[in-house]
Amino acid sequence: MTTTAVNPDLLGTLLTRLTGDEKHAPSAYSTLDVLWVLYDRVLRVTPETVEAPDRDRFLLSKGHGPAGYYAVLAAKGFIPVDWLDDLGGPRSPLGHHPDRVLIPGVEIGTGSLGHGLGLGVGTALGLRAQGFDARTFVLLGDAELDEGANHEAIAYAAAARLDKLTAIVIDNQSSTHGWPGGIAGRFPGWTASTVDGRDHEAIEIALRQRDRDRPHVVVAAVEKKG
Amino acid sequence: MRDTFVATTTALLEEDPRTAVVIADISGDAFAPAQRRHPDRVLNVGIREQLMAGVAGGLALTGLRPYVHSYAPFVIDRAYEQIKLDLGHQDVGAVLVSIGASYDASSAGYTHQSPGDVALLDTLEGWTVHVPGHPNEVPALLRAAARNDDRIYVRLSTQQNSRAYAPTDKLQVVRQGWAGAPVVLAIGPMLDPVLAATADLDVTVAYTLTPRPLDDRGLRELVSREVVVVEPYLAGTSSRLVAAALSDVPHRSLHLGVGRAEQRRYGTPADHARWHGLDPAGLRASISAFLRAGS
Repeated sequence: MTTTAVNPDLLGTLLTRLTGDEKHAPSAYSTLDVLWVLYDRVLRVTPETVEAPDRDRFLLSKGHGPAGYYAVLAAKGFIPVDWLDDLGGPRSPLGHHPDRVLIPGVEIGTGSLGHGLGLGVGTALGLRAQGFDARTFVLLGDAELDEGANHEAIAYAAAARLDKLTAIVIDNQSSTHGWPGGIAGRFPGWTASTVDGRDHEAIEIALRQRDRDRPHVVVAAVEKKG
Repeated sequence: MRDTFVATTTALLEEDPRTAVVIADISGDAFAPAQRRHPDRVLNVGIREQLMAGVAGGLALTGLRPYVHSYAPFVIDRAYEQIKLDLGHQDVGAVLVSIGASYDASSAGYTHQSPGDVALLDTLEGWTVHVPGHPNEVPALLRAAARNDDRIYVRLSTQQNSRAYAPTDKLQVVRQGWAGAPVVLAIGPMLDPVLAATADLDVTVAYTLTPRPLDDRGLRELVSREVVVVEPYLAGTSSRLVAAALSDVPHRSLHLGVGRAEQRRYGTPADHARWHGLDPAGLRASISAFLRAGS
């Protein structure tokens, strides 16, 4: 099992250039391994295809702690590396929550929790209606699942048989009241994988999994938020 | 108006592959034939209005043109943050089409009434608001909306005028008073009550079915001293825009519309119009008092 952070030289260098994100630092790093596996091995999108109608979509619903996201976007050439030197400044396109209008490759602007999965369901429906084979991935946090809007999207995605939709829940046990019975059980009608959120092979296998007519959820367990 | 909306949108689904409809059970039966023909583009998400707006944002992000429909309090009031973030903040558009207006559902009570819908959208950037006064004004509005990606709200009502007017976004003079006469601007279905209330008054009556963006220039050209705005939603909703349009014209203004106080009474829409002073007798009393006070 791979237990350390990905490509530590490159991403480590990029992350150290990001400053001013102290408040959300733990969650930034909880998403890093999943983000790297997505962009390195799974998503069919490149800096050249960020406007292609049939590209795969990645929607960061949990907009908090985007340092890891920005580092991966820079590592993969979606944004210039020197953007990382200014986080949240008056001229920086990189805020403490991402804005799709300002950052190439960012599919949605988020920050207020509970919006990404509904947008992801609409995106998957729009891609299906136009006959595209593209997949839609939405990354959430376990505490974000507290927001009721998610459960509207979870129920309807199953009813609409959105087989090309994958939700990823980073579980760092930060939900105040927890999810007794497990997070996967909150996605009735979906297929589910629960993996070690630091294990790249396991993450990749889980992300590649898809059913013929059901959406898929990947619960990626990481260290408890301290 | 709802029937006209369903018929026009059903035709658009046939004609334009960009058209999509998102509903949350309301009007589900009316859209059932269209849903059978276009199951991938007519989407009934169940009783989930937050999702309805989120799905619209996602569809728009892929290039489709979503028409989103429910009762006004559910499509606007309930989903306000989704409208703000899943549409506006994502820089995408949708066509929100409501029924119910301020008190069409008079006997259903306050839960099914939205006198504040236009005021809520006024807090956000870039919304066009259409308030048609007649079913025959509706198809052209909906068809024009299919040809762009703007954020558009169409507020349908069972209250309507006796005839349709041109579906322009400009003010239209319906009755011309003497030069310099006070101007009464009626929005959407308020026109017939305004015409009845002012039949023997020396006023110019203007009409618009597109209060957002407000036709600033048209208003400035008409008003020389006094202006009365009569709108079928919260009184004063347009006062900020009217003041801005007339900022270089010394003027007096009166803003009539639905009051803030919850009625906690049922009855008919006509009863509610009377209680809010929006029937011809109530309008006449308010407008006459305003004009006397300035003479």
